[in-house]
Amino acid sequence: MIEETSPVRADEVHISLDKKSLRTKLEKFPWWFVALLLIIITSYIVIATNPNYKEAFEFIRIGLSITITTTLSAFVIALFIGLVTGLGRISQSVIFRNLATLYVEFIRGVPMLVLIFFIAFAGVPAVVGGLNALGQWLQSIGVDFLAAPLIALENKNIDMILRGVIALSVTYGAFMAEIFRAGIQSISPGQMEAARSQGLSFWQAMYFIILPQAIRNVLPALGNDFVAMLKDTSLVSVLAVRDITQVARLYAGRSFRYDEAYTTLVIMYLSMTVILSLCVKYLERRFHRNER
Amino acid sequence: MNAKPIIEVKNVYKHFGAVRALDGVSLKVYPGTVMVIIGPSGSGKSTLLRCMNHMEVENQGEVWVEGEQLNGNQKHLNRIRSEIGMVFQLFNLYPHLTVLENITLAQRIVKKMSKKEAVENAMRQLTRVGIAEKADVHPQKLSGGQQQRVAIARALAMKPKIMLFDEPTSALDPEMIKEVLDVMLLLAKEGITMVVVTHEMGFARAAADEVIFMDEGLIVEHGTPEQLFDHPVHPRTKQFLSQILSH
Repeated sequence: MIEETSPVRADEVHISLDKKSLRTKLEKFPWWFVALLLIIITSYIVIATNPNYKEAFEFIRIGLSITITTTLSAFVIALFIGLVTGLGRISQSVIFRNLATLYVEFIRGVPMLVLIFFIAFAGVPAVVGGLNALGQWLQSIGVDFLAAPLIALENKNIDMILRGVIALSVTYGAFMAEIFRAGIQSISPGQMEAARSQGLSFWQAMYFIILPQAIRNVLPALGNDFVAMLKDTSLVSVLAVRDITQVARLYAGRSFRYDEAYTTLVIMYLSMTVILSLCVKYLERRFHRNER
Repeated sequence: MNAKPIIEVKNVYKHFGAVRALDGVSLKVYPGTVMVIIGPSGSGKSTLLRCMNHMEVENQGEVWVEGEQLNGNQKHLNRIRSEIGMVFQLFNLYPHLTVLENITLAQRIVKKMSKKEAVENAMRQLTRVGIAEKADVHPQKLSGGQQQRVAIARALAMKPKIMLFDEPTSALDPEMIKEVLDVMLLLAKEGITMVVVTHEMGFARAAADEVIFMDEGLIVEHGTPEQLFDHPVHPRTKQFLSQILSH
């Protein structure tokens, strides 16, 4: 036994421990986050009180609905593309596996901005042309009720917002495919074996046993992609889609108040992403608590 | 034995790359009997067991279950598998479901039972393995022995004609092995047909009608527990038994 006779000694130890824990607490405290919040709050005070900033904010705010609807719709479509492609990546079928891998590798090898130009100005017209040709062919064999809408389809029917959403979904679908693939592969093969041994088919086992576990595992990664996508919607401004970035550019060009326009724009993106990141962290923590 | 075998393995070969796991194995499992397969690790005993419900597909030879040969037909295979219970070394319970849901899932999807029926049956099986009070918890909250008993209940709930056990106690802490073996002994006494791959020689002696000793992908020797444990004939059997029974 260690001698533990003097109560004074024990007290000293206690105090020094307390000091140490306070110090580690201070060292571990997320000062950066407080600073970030202060930056955002101060900026909003400026926006509320300074008439120039207020004008810029009121103008740019108009683009919010497009930024948000673009993010949400592209995210939902990308989730679907990602899940299907992710399943294709681990498929037993040589054709599906190769098609899925081709898509993922193709997208990963091209910058997102370039893909947006390509899909909006080359991809969509090509698909429209193809559908027109399909319509002509259907007409020639007499399936008129299907042919008419296909022939009538024109490039101008597909507006730039939709093209932006398509471009973002196709790009993020490839990223999410990799997330889903990793999520599915992280589940122990014993789970599939147990389900199959009970007579479930491969897809039943996938749906009831593997995917619920895999999706729970990848939720944080998907949440991060949502935040990333919110930021990347700014790229569709190159298609003259009036999201907050495009509207801010318009405002800056018209009023020559570049400081006000772009500072306000930064703060708007920052406040949205900070809030979303907090939500993702909260979800992550909740799911970890439920496990094990 | 006058009855027809439930499972018949005919001259089965299985290799993984260059490794020959099964090198021409034949056996018959009769209804109401307990077969225990023993042998050193890598002898092919788990592979043989997994061939019986085509978790592994043989490269050559035939596997017959209830007079039907297992072929590539998935629908046929799924139906056959639903009648063969399997218990794994690592339990393989579904962690996102409660104990009760673990047991009712396949009954509802594969056997199309009503929820009420499936729950009642699940509770009966949980009572049978002595763990009914844990029905609503998630498997991670249970000890290894309890998890394996749930896995046995999950297999039993499908009303299988035969139960396959793949080293069911090998991943358990020593103090939990007994509770699982007790349940298995109970099932053996009830007359459930079982094939058990295990290193538990005490269980083999107490429960087995037939013991199979495998080595290097072949059945070296088989017989009643008395024959095999007390009067082994083959030198390889004698050597194996002396190694595991010497202390």
